[in-house]
Amino acid sequence: MGFRGRDVIAITDFKPEELLQLFNVAREMEKYSRSRIELLKDKVLALAFFEPSTRTMLSFQTAMQRLGGSVIWFSQVEATSIAKGENFSDTIRMLNAYADAIVIRHKYEGAAAYAADIADVPVINAGDGSQHHPTQAMIDLYTIWREKGKLEGLNVGVLGDLRYGRAAASFIYGISMFRPKKLYLISPQLLRIREEVRDYLDNNKINYIEVSKLDEVISDLEILYVTRIQKERFPDPAEYEKVKGSYRVDLKILANARDDLMILHPLPRVDEIAHEVDHTKYAYYFKQASYGVPVRMALLALILGGIE
Amino acid sequence: MSKSEKALIVSKIEKGTVIDHIPAGTALQVLDILGISGKEGYRIALVMNVDSKKLGKKDIVKIENRELNPEEVNKIALIAPTATINIIRNYKVVKKVKVQLQEIVEDIIRCPNPNCISNLPREPLKPKFKVVERTPIKLKCIYCGRYVTRDDIARQLR
Repeated sequence: MGFRGRDVIAITDFKPEELLQLFNVAREMEKYSRSRIELLKDKVLALAFFEPSTRTMLSFQTAMQRLGGSVIWFSQVEATSIAKGENFSDTIRMLNAYADAIVIRHKYEGAAAYAADIADVPVINAGDGSQHHPTQAMIDLYTIWREKGKLEGLNVGVLGDLRYGRAAASFIYGISMFRPKKLYLISPQLLRIREEVRDYLDNNKINYIEVSKLDEVISDLEILYVTRIQKERFPDPAEYEKVKGSYRVDLKILANARDDLMILHPLPRVDEIAHEVDHTKYAYYFKQASYGVPVRMALLALILGGIE
Repeated sequence: MSKSEKALIVSKIEKGTVIDHIPAGTALQVLDILGISGKEGYRIALVMNVDSKKLGKKDIVKIENRELNPEEVNKIALIAPTATINIIRNYKVVKKVKVQLQEIVEDIIRCPNPNCISNLPREPLKPKFKVVERTPIKLKCIYCGRYVTRDDIARQLR
């Protein structure tokens, strides 16, 4: 299956070879991510952000503009007819009539899949509740592919909120497609992976282990994917206070890290990575954020037919 | 208790439906999934926890003057996958079917995840689930990916 006209709902909708095809295009797009290449001259992209976003929304907007296309958007429902009582499906029908593709973020899980049922034009999921964030996973994987030169057979740790964090879930699915040598899932008991994610790992015979402490595994990791621990998810604030310290990546814990460790974070960061880490050789998260534009350029160009 | 006494806990019905081989203790849920509260006026017999060669114990439901349609039969499969449906006319079984669980369960139960798009108010959306396991039953919401187990199903009937 090619990319043209396709919905992007979950990272698992794509095969590893399709992701590599996307990455090769993204590599080319890096040349134009500060200029312009007129691949989507007459195309209009709708950005429907029912939930707030900084990076995702602005990088989609930038990507479309660098491709010579235009963007229509809303990012707060207060300013739309939804505030007057218009329902979700009518809003999607309207965007379907105006635009060549729809990028959607919503706090409800399954919103993008439902939008894809309604719309004829391709729908790209920019985050649905705690379920999926496929374009973030594409950027995460691209960063590893680009900077490490390979995706297969790595020792990978995923740290933080693995239960409610959509970026973490999509990254776990995504990296699993490239058969990690060992996948360490590091989180407090309360924030362990969801049952459906665990089933996916089991069914695909992924070599994974769930652990509670980063310091026990840090010396083994080639990739450390850090996510924000979401304080608001803890039923008891005292529980959060107990665990938060053990999930702080700082110079002390990195004393035992491998030389080739790469730290990624989908951002925003709160305090789970100390600022002192930013200047070490391990920090790749700002680089990762910068790849948001070329990867999304590649995806839009492929889906909207700017590249065959 | 003599054999005839055992067999005649409830008398035969002239016409209607007999749902047999319901897992013990779930007959009330079967009525619930059919939307039968008792106020409709049908004569209904409910037998629970009787001996069964196949199941050890089973429940039976007899509904007079009401023949179930295939859609209702499919619904029963969700909570009573072992059930058999006997359509009765003139005291005789004219049709006997075993319930069958479809690959996709549509518009029968709600998703238990309050944050699923299928629970968004004012949306013309039919909740849809993929059957991932049959015994014990496990469904997966097409939209949010959440699993639905046997225990959830009775609570989530639409």
